[in-house]
Amino acid sequence: MSESVTHAAIETVAQDSYGRLIAYLAARSGDVAGAEDALGDAFIAALRRWPAEGVPEKPEAWLLHVARNRMIDAARRKQVQQKSETFLQQITEEAASVAATQEYFPDERLKLLFVCAHPAIDPSAQTPLMLQTVLGVDAARIASAFLVSPAAMSQQLVRAKNKIRDAAIPFRVPVPPELEERVSFVLDAIYAAYTTGWESLMETASTHHALASEAIALGRTLTQLMPHEPEAHGLLALMLHCEARREARYASDGDFVPLDRQDTALWSQSMIDEAETHLHSAAGFKRMGRYQLEAAIQSVHASRAKTTHIDWKEIALLYEGLVRIAPRIGSLVGRAVAIAQAGEPLTGIFCP
Amino acid sequence: MKYALLVHQSQEHFDRRNDKAAVAAGRAYAEALQAAGVFVAGAGLDSPRNATTVSIRDGKRQVHDGPYAETKEFLAGFGIIYVPNLDAALEWAARHPAAGFASIEVRPLLGFGSAKA
Repeated sequence: MSESVTHAAIETVAQDSYGRLIAYLAARSGDVAGAEDALGDAFIAALRRWPAEGVPEKPEAWLLHVARNRMIDAARRKQVQQKSETFLQQITEEAASVAATQEYFPDERLKLLFVCAHPAIDPSAQTPLMLQTVLGVDAARIASAFLVSPAAMSQQLVRAKNKIRDAAIPFRVPVPPELEERVSFVLDAIYAAYTTGWESLMETASTHHALASEAIALGRTLTQLMPHEPEAHGLLALMLHCEARREARYASDGDFVPLDRQDTALWSQSMIDEAETHLHSAAGFKRMGRYQLEAAIQSVHASRAKTTHIDWKEIALLYEGLVRIAPRIGSLVGRAVAIAQAGEPLTGIFCP
Repeated sequence: MKYALLVHQSQEHFDRRNDKAAVAAGRAYAEALQAAGVFVAGAGLDSPRNATTVSIRDGKRQVHDGPYAETKEFLAGFGIIYVPNLDAALEWAARHPAAGFASIEVRPLLGFGSAKA
């Protein structure tokens, strides 16, 4: 088999399964950095062996097998403690069962997302950690989007991974009553990946685009992992609505064009449609939340493409709901603007 | 994993530690830890005013009156628990009777100290 074919195969596996492989290995060892090192070694082994031996029938299982052996070696070298012995036993048994059955290995990415957004992790490390472990975005690119030096970003990531391992932050999906708050941490961390791109828009437009699509990829993953969580659909809808207008946001001379004056022909209708589909799914659960409301506000703006006018009263109403759920300065200002646009400026200023 | 629960509180709350209600709550908490089989060790600490600090510098023993550092909040007690992971430790920390006014710092014990005795 030619090298280029195997390289392409390896790239495909890395693109499709990186986060799942890391999540599977880390969920069993509690050690994200160890999982990354082991998987890195496994990919190197694949690059060396697949051109001669051919791409295995189940490439992911092959990589897991090699990575698992690497982790066992590493653990032995570290004069294993009782804890890791149990883990080694467990992972050996599980890897054997993965290899034996035709079953696909379990998807532990949701647990990994909850670990990344665990309140015991430094808030500024949560979003970078997700981007790196779930999507495999490299630290240098994350650093440039967050406007910090690559060395500082690497250090922050290393510190967070050490804490996950040393403090034994568990890989689990939280249960109620904790669940709701923990989900909101995951949502906020994903949204931060999107808005971070916005802030760095001043620096370079290309960086923004890069991270925005990563944030949307995380949002999509979350809706697949938590299909019954309306806020996950709400968040994805919000990001898609904003992203749909990327081309319309700047005039050809580089000037910023406000939303209500954008040329709707430049909006991406396919992204708007996808956003609307998710907003619709979210509404079916009849549990309102911050991201659904924000997405609904964007949805009203998006309908200008068809109706040619903006229903400010509707927007004011949505902001009213948003202010009640999340009374942030942004929603207070948004509500005042919407009420003023709806023709009641004094109410806009004086309403509590 | 073994975790230390370190209770940091202000002088004001420290002064009320011998109130009947506080003593009863402390005892109930210790009993709950024991009943759950997670208790390893624990104690309340006397006032930092009764602390004496020792160090050895240039081979010479130095003894000072008072705690290592004067702070508004100080270590008033500690517990060591044995639980599977951080979330379980945080849950026990949240149930500590002082959690409503003090801060409970949760720290894993290092290396072999962390394995079950």
